[in-house]
Amino acid sequence: MTEPMTIRRLLVALTLLIVGVLLMLPLGAVLFEAFRDGIPAWIRAVRDPETLAALSLSLRLTLAAVPLSALFGLAAAWCLTKYRIPGEAFFHALLDLPLAISPVVIGLALVLTWGPRTPLGRHLPPILFAFPGMLLAVLFVTFPYVARELIPLMTAQGTEEEEAAALTGAGFFCLLRRVTLPNVRWALFHGFVLAAARSLGEFGAVSIVSGHIRGRTLTLPLLVEMFYNEYRLRDAFAVASLLTLTALLTLAAKSALSRRIRYRSSLRSNPKAAR
Amino acid sequence: MLYQSVIVLLPLGLLVVKAFHIPPSLFLREIQSPRLLAACRLSFGLSAVAAIAATALGGVTAWTLARIPFPGKRIVDALIDLPFALPTSVAGITLTALYSPNAWIGRLVAPLGIQIAYTPLGILLAMLFVSFPFSVRTLQPVIEEIPREIEEAAALLGASPGITFLRVLLPPLRPAVGTAFCLCLARSLGEYGSIIFIAGNRPLKTEIAPLLIVTRLEQYDITGAVALAAVLLVPSFVLLFFLHRHRLLRRQ
Repeated sequence: MTEPMTIRRLLVALTLLIVGVLLMLPLGAVLFEAFRDGIPAWIRAVRDPETLAALSLSLRLTLAAVPLSALFGLAAAWCLTKYRIPGEAFFHALLDLPLAISPVVIGLALVLTWGPRTPLGRHLPPILFAFPGMLLAVLFVTFPYVARELIPLMTAQGTEEEEAAALTGAGFFCLLRRVTLPNVRWALFHGFVLAAARSLGEFGAVSIVSGHIRGRTLTLPLLVEMFYNEYRLRDAFAVASLLTLTALLTLAAKSALSRRIRYRSSLRSNPKAAR
Repeated sequence: MLYQSVIVLLPLGLLVVKAFHIPPSLFLREIQSPRLLAACRLSFGLSAVAAIAATALGGVTAWTLARIPFPGKRIVDALIDLPFALPTSVAGITLTALYSPNAWIGRLVAPLGIQIAYTPLGILLAMLFVSFPFSVRTLQPVIEEIPREIEEAAALLGASPGITFLRVLLPPLRPAVGTAFCLCLARSLGEYGSIIFIAGNRPLKTEIAPLLIVTRLEQYDITGAVALAAVLLVPSFVLLFFLHRHRLLRRQ
């Protein structure tokens, strides 16, 4: 710490100002607006049949998307770190693609691919404006999270432990279950949390493929928009506060998990520190 | 890898193919329409400003979080990711509730002749909000890794703290600052959910490019939507290329 005391104080003050205005103020505003008319009004808004339908859809979407996303993220991370494959850099770039593209463009691409009049969509049951289409959108946007959490960790760990296990006669699944997975457990959870948060909250891509059918294809974030546009501000903010509380839980889980990951990786690089 | 192809590559590939299927004359006419030009100018211009602001503010925050202990730091550190965890529609209605002319902050600045919501300023604010965590989270680990020894060496050799910062500490951060800027730019350019609430969405004035895609799509003007999506995809690919070139260089 070479900064002089005054500069340190200034930096802390500046940071608190930035975080306060940019982040804390909106956080306070959601909660204030949601509970402005008291808790009974909030409960009424949350127990509205439309809110409950959206909640159930959002939960089903997340429950379906996150395990799939985690499974394939693990597979992708495994392929990219434990083997040498041609075009590795390309696949690494592909992993970041969903983060670099506008959700609206993603939605449009899905419409062009799976829409009812496209070559693919023509032969399939309706995908767009229904659950499968929304699932595809969520899978697209959550795709990078698990793999991106795992890749740095698995690269750092190398393949020695797997090789030792394989040499002593472990089969593939035994190896996966007893060697690889325990090593990356916390990072996997971390990726899980991120993917779940994103699939609960995704707006742009889902909004394009959902078709906004009331009570059927509205997720919670879409419901917020609909209530807002219908000037049902209190209801919109009540649903928004529900999502905000989930977001805060995500942040708490995330910060606890990353401390755990950091602790474990410091143990790994310096085992003596543990004793 | 097959999964990756079906989920990610197939739709995007089809989008690019569709874009190339549009006759060039039609494509040119489409992207020269004044409404599209205005939307693109607004989107590109504002996201560049937002990315610079997010990188600067994120840099200060990352520096403080990485190097200076203060009470409540863990909470502040956890809160940084709020815009990431918050659905964008929630962010949108909340920012509007704060900055529209008769709301908390909007009312404070209205006498000064400043209107934030429903103007480009509001769009800028939303972009800043959503891209802020990307900048902090990119810069923070790099700042943490600066070895203490090099600044001690600089101080022993007689450099003042200012000189040490500019000549010793800043240069190794440059690639990370570039990465942070690229991430923020990509995020701001593509952001849709939070902006549509605060922007007012007046064509030619406060209509952003992603919204125009949605509008075209809702009017069943697939050609127009695809043409504009192609225009937006180009910077995404360019930014992605730059991000990964950085990464490859660092590994060597």
